[in-house]
Amino acid sequence: MSRIERTLEALKGQGRKALIPYITAGDPHPDATVGLMHTLVAAGADIIELGVPFSDPMADGPVIQLACERALKHGTSLRQVIAMVKEFRTKDSETPIVLMGYLNPMEAMGYEAFADAAVDAGVDGVLTVDLPPEEADDVAPLFTERNLDAIFLLSPTTTDDRIRAISEHSSGYVYYVSFNGVTGASKINVDEVASRVDHIHKLTALPVAVGFGIRDAHTAAAVGRVSDGVIVGSVLVDTIARNQADNDQLKRALTDLLHPMREALDGLSS
Amino acid sequence: MSEKLTEEMLSALPDARGHFGAFGGRFVSETLMDSLMTLEKEYKMLKNDPEFQARFDKELADYVGRPTPLYFAERLTRETGGAQIWLKREDLCHTGAHKVNNTIGQALLASFLGKKRIIAETGAGQHGVATATVCARLGLECHVFMGAEDVQRQSLNVFRMKLLGAEVHAVESGTRTLKDAMNDAMRDWVSYVDETFYIIGTVAGPHPYPMLVRDFQSVIGRETRRQALEKTGKLPDALVACVGGGSNAIGMFYPFLSDESVQLYGVEAGGLGIETGKHAAPLCAGRPGVLHGNRTYLMEDENGQIAGTHSVSAGLDYPGVGPEHSWLKDIGRANYVSVTDDEAMEGFRKLTRVEGIMPALETAHAVAYAIKLAATMDKDQTVVINVSGRGDKDINTVAKLEGIEI
Ligand SMILES: Cc1ncc(COP(=O)(O)O)c(C=O)c1O
Repeated sequence: MSRIERTLEALKGQGRKALIPYITAGDPHPDATVGLMHTLVAAGADIIELGVPFSDPMADGPVIQLACERALKHGTSLRQVIAMVKEFRTKDSETPIVLMGYLNPMEAMGYEAFADAAVDAGVDGVLTVDLPPEEADDVAPLFTERNLDAIFLLSPTTTDDRIRAISEHSSGYVYYVSFNGVTGASKINVDEVASRVDHIHKLTALPVAVGFGIRDAHTAAAVGRVSDGVIVGSVLVDTIARNQADNDQLKRALTDLLHPMREALDGLSS
Repeated sequence: MSEKLTEEMLSALPDARGHFGAFGGRFVSETLMDSLMTLEKEYKMLKNDPEFQARFDKELADYVGRPTPLYFAERLTRETGGAQIWLKREDLCHTGAHKVNNTIGQALLASFLGKKRIIAETGAGQHGVATATVCARLGLECHVFMGAEDVQRQSLNVFRMKLLGAEVHAVESGTRTLKDAMNDAMRDWVSYVDETFYIIGTVAGPHPYPMLVRDFQSVIGRETRRQALEKTGKLPDALVACVGGGSNAIGMFYPFLSDESVQLYGVEAGGLGIETGKHAAPLCAGRPGVLHGNRTYLMEDENGQIAGTHSVSAGLDYPGVGPEHSWLKDIGRANYVSVTDDEAMEGFRKLTRVEGIMPALETAHAVAYAIKLAATMDKDQTVVINVSGRGDKDINTVAKLEGIEI
């Protein structure tokens, strides 16, 4: 069983929902990332999605675009991101880490070299935004062989046939994108999400985590009620942007944001 | 070339997943997959639908002004002193470039699919103008995404688009040029996927775009083939076209791919020189990667971040290229070369002075290379240059380079 599966299984046993924060590696500075990851865990994160910066993040809104630009200004490369995970692992061997990004940096590094380095560093899963399962024939086996979970997206436009096919290619969890749009938009409709996730649960046994549009304890609880976990991204990245000058203040601000979400999610089970 | 390309092989490409050999495909986020699969299915039906084809042909004839002439550039030939140089006059198309062949095709497609909201990306503004034009023609809502840098450089075209009723969105992210305009167009598409049709301006993007844009542009090569046989009694010995994303080039090349005797030359933007790194020549100096929904040759750094590009011509200023060109390069069927900004300017002046035809700066790259090439060929051979567009839009750029204020 992978670290992701173990974590989600344990939460399920406790009747709890996963809190999955996203930050972009190297933002605001490569030296800050590992510390911020520990802060997220202390504030209640169950799994961390660590963004690999890309020059052309086509599925992201302005908040994460700017985070990528800040990270790239400091030359943050995929190899460096992997090294950050390795450093994180020296103090935390429990929290699963999912790398989330676009295909080209991985292709440039070489898929085999990437998979080896990721496993060696203690990465648990990989989510590539612009890699649908149809194009993953060469890549996916490299992940499976190494016990790296391949996490794919589902969206409101995904047909039932595709939900089944994508789930078959996935392990760990599937990521349901809550609305048609880019990260950072606020179009989420909780009732719609509830009925879609219900439907997805009928088609796959994998846990379903929901991302896009979750920005506070209220939306986290509303979406947590109908799913297995919530992914929180742009609101954290925006907090990083606004507090980048002072690292201690930044850590407090991230904690103040995440902690109420944790409590709201845990409140669902009691 | 290792293997002869048969009609049969060619008609099988791209394959069912949109691949041209190792290139192409569909690398997009999940939200767009359903839309792309629907588009592919509908297009394959309409492609063989006599009603759709008749409508397309009629628009090309009466609205675009086709067929465009194949013109013998007699003085240029004499001055060059080699092969006969012929010009395929896409500059005479409505709106002044080949772009409209594609936009009218895709806009008809959108209408047949019942989509009323059109989006497009543009660099120099030619594709934006061609899209705004057909949207006015068909009564469709039009949004054009254009890098903020290009909005400033090409203010005339911005104004033209607005006159045509389009809304122009200045894109402030990244390098604020064509690739960023394409990013924002894709972001808009994801956000309004149900009601929106994305008219991509070149043979790039996810499957089925490289295929359908190629099909719409292939009218260039089909006409050229027929006209060459009529006027010279044989097929041309060489075809030369500039390559930005590669739509005018593939439109010219495609109907000749199985004619082994016809040499194909795609001319990329060499900018300040390949060795300076300041260029836009992914086929000449890049390597395969994935951007904007397909695998193709790209300009990127060692970490897979997309590199900034430079060209005097905004329409060639793009770090990628259509996947079919990547395939043609790898199998050795087409030759990809580059000319610098300075050489292109020389080509621009030459064609203007010697033939009274002022080419777009994109086209000027093809002109510059074709002159070099023709000089090495025999007098009984023929070279056809695809004159993809006229140069009026570039007057300000040319004046500025010559230190003249208009
Ligand atoms: C006149 C002209 N030629 C060529 C191009 C380059 O595009 P493509 O390579 O798709 O033909 C452009 C693009 O704006 C153009 O305006």
